[in-house]
Amino acid sequence: MASSPLVDRHGHDVHGGHASRRHPAHQFDTMEQQKESSTLGMWLFLVTEIMFFGGLFTAYLVYRTLYPAAFAAASSTLNVPLGALNTAVLICSSLTMALAIRSAQVNWRKGAMIFLVLTMALGSTFLVVKAFEYHDKFVEHHVPGHILNTPFHFVLEDAREASAIAKLDPDYQRHAEIFFSLYFIMTGVHATHMIIGLGILAVLLFYTRRGKYDSEYYNPLEMTGLYWHFVDIVWIFLFPLLYLLGAHLHG
Amino acid sequence: MKSTFPLFPDSASTLSGHVDALFIVWSLVSLFFTVLIAGLIVVLMSRYRRRYPEEVGADERAGIWLEILWSAVPLAIMLAMFTWGTKVFFELYRPPADAVEYTAIGKQWMWKVQHPEGQSEINALHIPVGQPVKIKLASEDVIHSFYIPAFRIKQDAVPGRYTSLWFNPTKPGVYHLFCAEYCGTEHSRMIGSVIVMEPRDYEIWMAGGTPGKSMVASGADLFTSLACVTCHRASPGVTQRGPSLEGVFGSQVKLADGRAVTADDNYVRESILNPLAKVVAGYDPVMPTFQGQVSEEQLTQLIAYVRSLGPTGAAPAGGTGGTPTAATNPSSAQMDATSPLVNAGNTTAGQTQGAAQKPPQK
Amino acid sequence: MDTTVARSPILPTPETSFERPNYLNAEYGWKSWLFTLDHKRIALLYLLSVTVFFGLGGIFAGLIRLELLTPEGDLMGPDTYNRVFTMHGIIMVFFFLIPAIPAVLGNFLVPLMIGAKDLAMPRLNLASWYVYNLGGIFTLWAIVNGGVDTGWTFYTPFSTTYSNTYVVPTALGIFITGFSTIFTALNFIVTIHRMRAPGLNWFRLPLFIWSTYATSLIIMLGTPVIAITILLVAAERVLGLGIFNPKLGGDPVLFEHMFWFYSHPAVYIMILPAMGVVSELIGHFARKKVFGYRVVAFASVAIAVLGFLVWGHHLFVAGESIYSATVFSVLSMLVAVPSAVKVFNWTATLYEGSISFQTPMLYALGFIGLFTIGGLTGVMVATLGIDPHVHDTYFIVAHFHYVMVGGTIMGYLGGIHYWWPKMTGRLYPGFLSKLSALLVFVGFNLTFFPQFILGYMGMPRRYWSYPPEFQVLNVLSTAGASVLAVGYTLPLCYFAWSFKYGKKSGDNPWGANSLEWDTPSPPPTENFYTTPVVTHGPYEYTREGVHNRTTQEANFG
Repeated sequence: MASSPLVDRHGHDVHGGHASRRHPAHQFDTMEQQKESSTLGMWLFLVTEIMFFGGLFTAYLVYRTLYPAAFAAASSTLNVPLGALNTAVLICSSLTMALAIRSAQVNWRKGAMIFLVLTMALGSTFLVVKAFEYHDKFVEHHVPGHILNTPFHFVLEDAREASAIAKLDPDYQRHAEIFFSLYFIMTGVHATHMIIGLGILAVLLFYTRRGKYDSEYYNPLEMTGLYWHFVDIVWIFLFPLLYLLGAHLHG
Repeated sequence: MKSTFPLFPDSASTLSGHVDALFIVWSLVSLFFTVLIAGLIVVLMSRYRRRYPEEVGADERAGIWLEILWSAVPLAIMLAMFTWGTKVFFELYRPPADAVEYTAIGKQWMWKVQHPEGQSEINALHIPVGQPVKIKLASEDVIHSFYIPAFRIKQDAVPGRYTSLWFNPTKPGVYHLFCAEYCGTEHSRMIGSVIVMEPRDYEIWMAGGTPGKSMVASGADLFTSLACVTCHRASPGVTQRGPSLEGVFGSQVKLADGRAVTADDNYVRESILNPLAKVVAGYDPVMPTFQGQVSEEQLTQLIAYVRSLGPTGAAPAGGTGGTPTAATNPSSAQMDATSPLVNAGNTTAGQTQGAAQKPPQK
Repeated sequence: MDTTVARSPILPTPETSFERPNYLNAEYGWKSWLFTLDHKRIALLYLLSVTVFFGLGGIFAGLIRLELLTPEGDLMGPDTYNRVFTMHGIIMVFFFLIPAIPAVLGNFLVPLMIGAKDLAMPRLNLASWYVYNLGGIFTLWAIVNGGVDTGWTFYTPFSTTYSNTYVVPTALGIFITGFSTIFTALNFIVTIHRMRAPGLNWFRLPLFIWSTYATSLIIMLGTPVIAITILLVAAERVLGLGIFNPKLGGDPVLFEHMFWFYSHPAVYIMILPAMGVVSELIGHFARKKVFGYRVVAFASVAIAVLGFLVWGHHLFVAGESIYSATVFSVLSMLVAVPSAVKVFNWTATLYEGSISFQTPMLYALGFIGLFTIGGLTGVMVATLGIDPHVHDTYFIVAHFHYVMVGGTIMGYLGGIHYWWPKMTGRLYPGFLSKLSALLVFVGFNLTFFPQFILGYMGMPRRYWSYPPEFQVLNVLSTAGASVLAVGYTLPLCYFAWSFKYGKKSGDNPWGANSLEWDTPSPPPTENFYTTPVVTHGPYEYTREGVHNRTTQEANFG
């Protein structure tokens, strides 16, 4: 299903100056060069993102090694089923993203739009679930720091469990607060990346509707796909490290 | 000891000369290479200055052997200096067995120095010449750094952990003590003096000063007032609930999980604050924590008391190279950079606690 | 064999070259500048921004030196002084030393040196300039409201818990500006990989490109780490977290590790581009191929890689294990080898060269001498036996100023002087520029050499008041700083003057053989009239090549 791009009477892309289907941006000689450049650029950007999250994972690694009992106890208060649901949601959203790209590759504009919308819906689902989880943490007084009026207060309901942890680490409440600091920052930074991703997807949806992408030119979709998959992969690391640490402590 | 325009610091410890030697050799090497490069540049600049506007340089003659030469020679020089420097560094941070231990606690913006006999000083440290001194450092707030230029030694005082340094003063005199890690408003006023005295003068000073209760005596009082005696001392008719502490300090302790650790400063401290981290074999894990009930100063007094109970019987595990005496503190032979809050063996400083893992002392 | 560039058979005279459409006169009006996508205009926008920040940082430096004239603090109180040295460090490091050469010279020259029409992502390039200024605005706001007093190193828990100053806005400013450098580096890497002219293989690239490439690698890998670290500091302050606060279970030494993991490679971000400039200057002002071209090129990459392995040498007395310290010390020695090799290669280039003493060359030669001292003192402090004594003293201050000012700033100034005709089509007064170079060299040494002595004597850094026996050397240092200040102010004046009134330079006043000089000065917006085809490497000089190339030997007097 071929579609025509929006061009003005001079044959220039309406969005003037930058790339259109037919010719590359002024600094490039060929579409191929442009595509390769943008691909390299996106991979490089993802490397910086790995280093960015890497700093957080390093801090997590250090404290998890120092305070294993407290971290396990704190982790056990996270909602594993919801986390697992979110993991499945994100994996599905990566699938729909890949399908969106595939649709553009075969000139199926409507399919591309559908899959983009699905990706956004799944991403939004993730964020909604996350919001509920954050709310739960707020209600349980597990939000660290002093910015909220409800101070941090970490108590395990099971008294036996609580005393067992206390034996291993009398300071476990303070160390659990460190866990939650890392939890909120790591998932918060991740969620920020997702929100930015959703914004980019919205822009892509807008352009897809106008027929900008087709089998000859779908690079922006592919680049966004790379970004989206990366954000997905980060979550796949976050989930076990944050949610599954304390799995052995209770059912 | 201060002249109006000095260019070199006093050299007043056993190791300051070693550091100076290293520095002077490096300075000469640097001078040599700087002069060499600068000289070459000047000579080449004048010899090959452009004589007419269209003159060009000669064709390139790459020289792989030259490249190898001027990679290998600097590398060799640097590795030699590295080896020497590392040797000096290990000397700088490995106190001898007979070092007398003081404590210095940094807080914004002063140093509280505590003598083992009980005196405490603010921003000053009186010590006798010729006596190796080990200073255990702690901080109550931010990172500070205990720096005595005349002894060529400094160490950061990091909140949340103990660190230490040592020196052996060789020359009586008054030397600067600086805080060398920026710590806020009065960082540059967090300075003092290290007063090295002849042993006779030191005795006089000690007698004349206000000798507070010694650390050991204070620790003994705490041991009673905090009810440590109820578990750690035998009472007739009652099974002793905690291990006896006589002779424990410095020895190897067998733990319930099979590990063996050395009973050093950090072990005692951890046992008070986090007693269930290392439960002694044969005893129940019933000791309560004293976190929040003892201050840093009280901790050091308790540690001094436990140390004074001294080891008897077997020497600590191999590697210390000497029979321990009451003042021996084997594991403090390295920088005690272990966080007392660690309950796993792994810390960011990478320190190990077991004496068995320590290489032999020089 | 010369690079083939289609050009009009009549060599243009300076005047016609100037009146021909070039990137400066292509469009007029503030919108054509603020919304430009031309890398050359963006480079000039950056020139303006970094110069402003350099001036600001310089003023703070002047205040420091004035205060340190006397042992007691009498010019300002300790809190003010603490803010002054902090702001000096933050502005100089994050807003001048790291961006200057890449963003000004790199932006201008990378496409020209590889025969491209622009960078790979011109919009990202412009965005990067705006992001830089946005970060600058946050920091300036913090300064205006009283500044920060944590030291540019932001050690915790002082910065997170105890400081009462505007840490968070400054941290945010640095965070934002970090993205600016990341965008620029990303642009450079993609451009160098994908947009080289036909025939321009990697080993025909000018060494400035190699250095820029290596720098960009460091930026990409390191900057995100400082970003997250500084974000954690801000979060800890705002939210009361305890990640670095020992009273809440955190570890202040973890901050040091994370901070220095970036900040050590950062110093290679600062020096590598300057080394690249120096390679160009030495090669072109000796009219000889840089000795050991491949070795110098690989050395740049080696410095980038090894630079990531040595951060622990900032923690030798911070509570780091003596075994870790040993590893970091030997690695620090290792990273010095490629730098030493470069110094020897540059010197060897002079042998049998044809050396001109124009101002850029003076800066290059000054760089070599001062960088040698700075680098050697670096290896000295990496030597474990010495560091406990000199860490956190003026010895360290002297060391890093030798490499950052004697190195980077000399390289930057040399580059600006060399490529000024390329960027503006104008010359600057020869005598005045050489005098400035001399003032900079002399003033610099007078300022910072006494600090080596001060440091070994034991004067700690960041001291507002100091024992009186340190005064004489401090006075010497301040005297040097005033000479240095003149040396820096003069170029500001004559460059501003030259922009409008400087003698026209012609296309290639230096007779240099390098792709960027094969196009008019100032270049047309699209850089080259036709895509050049490259048939040989840079620095290959023949007499008639020079004759054909030089329209007017720079006659500076």
